Amino acid sequence: MKLTKSFNRSLWVFHLNTGSCNGCEIEIVATICPRYDPERFGIKLVGSPKHADVLLVTGPVTKKMAAKVRRVYEQVPDPKLVMCIGTCGQSGGVFYDSYNLDGPIDQVLPVDVYVPGCPPRPEAIVYGVVKALEKLERLEAAQ
Amino acid sequence: MLTDIILTLAGAFLVVIFSLIVAFFLLGVDRIVTARMQARIGPPLTQPFTDMRKLFTKENVVPANAIPWLFNLAPVVALASAITILLYIPIGGFPPVLSGGGDLILVMYLLTLPALALVAGGFSSGSPYATVGAQREMVTMIAYEFPLAVVIIAIAWKLAVSGVPLPFMLMSIQANPVWGLVGPLGIIGILILFFVLLIVTPAELSRIPFDTPEAETELAGGVLVEYSGKNLALFTLTQGVKTVVMASLMVALFIPYRLSALVPAPAILQPVLDLLFYLILVVLVAFVAVSLIRVSMARFRINQVVSVYWIYLSLIGIAGLLLVMADHFIGVV
Ligand code: SF4
Repeated sequence: MKLTKSFNRSLWVFHLNTGSCNGCEIEIVATICPRYDPERFGIKLVGSPKHADVLLVTGPVTKKMAAKVRRVYEQVPDPKLVMCIGTCGQSGGVFYDSYNLDGPIDQVLPVDVYVPGCPPRPEAIVYGVVKALEKLERLEAAQ
Repeated sequence: MLTDIILTLAGAFLVVIFSLIVAFFLLGVDRIVTARMQARIGPPLTQPFTDMRKLFTKENVVPANAIPWLFNLAPVVALASAITILLYIPIGGFPPVLSGGGDLILVMYLLTLPALALVAGGFSSGSPYATVGAQREMVTMIAYEFPLAVVIIAIAWKLAVSGVPLPFMLMSIQANPVWGLVGPLGIIGILILFFVLLIVTPAELSRIPFDTPEAETELAGGVLVEYSGKNLALFTLTQGVKTVVMASLMVALFIPYRLSALVPAPAILQPVLDLLFYLILVVLVAFVAVSLIRVSMARFRINQVVSVYWIYLSLIGIAGLLLVMADHFIGVV
């Protein structure tokens, strides 16, 4: 799939909770509030993975969720990007030695950008988006 | 004969280009204005165009239990029928391209076509969310049809009793603005009818507060849930074109004035002036009917949508109609 400039300028985001404590969700909602206004860059939340370009994954991927996470990832049409929000998704975080984990997320999905923090501040999430855009520009230049 | 056909084709082509440009413009203005009203900066004006270009480069997923031909046909039919309506509506100072054949009744029938295509697309995508969304879309369609009919019939009736030939033709409505034909009571009535049409518009476009068929939070996008890539782009574009259609219809019915009649200008500039004036009116009407209502309200439940239209708005519309009739009969006596 070809990457274009318009793709970078219109990232539609689908948010997927894989067993998070809801802390990261609250910070994501804070990120789309008027104070940070990501719609300036064409970023908006959508309700269906079929409409999305970016999969925003939070939580450590519980055993029950793993199959569903893969399915949602497959439903996002190409080209697509995965962002992992929160320490949980990177290492398990506070749930690291739980018997009930299939994660962290990179055991299940190919992740493009990690945003650490428990939960990360909205500024950190915006910085993660900037990193994602940088990666997209690199990939676009390489193709 | 041949020149007629060529002229009509050229006109139709121009209308297609024009409607797409204005559709993108209105979608962009809507997003900026909404953002400003929420104390945000908002996306650039070209954002809808960027979104569209992105959607066309994306993969087009057809779900496994969809009916592929219907699933892919529905967006094309929706966009085509939305543009077709514009061929019957006067734009700016220009008469409609298909001025010979169509009147308001035809426009009303054509207005249901994009919604029907959406319903067909929803049912054919084989997802329970889309099915529920499609059913809601049908219910909404049935709900707003009656107030819409009341408005159109009230205006046509007034023209008919005032002795205007062919009262359902948009050309005769444009030549005889209703405001000039009625007394003070009738003006109140027509204002009420204008209000009714303003409230019908968001449902016609499935925007908040009547976006129950799409309902992001409960139905995850409803009828559009399975659509991606270029099919989703076509449906989004359809919504833009429908905004142009509804705004043009309102301007043609209620504000059919031409700037060139009021301001003296050289003959070459007159169409430009008319077109600019029309664009300003369309943006204003779309601002009130789409953006303002969308920002200031939350979504209705589907049963509330039905009672809003069938009970409250129908009653308000009929009150407007009665006022126009009372005005006429008082005037006659
Ligand atoms: S990273 Fe922290 S805040 Fe985020 S979901 Fe995990 S435990 Fe909750």
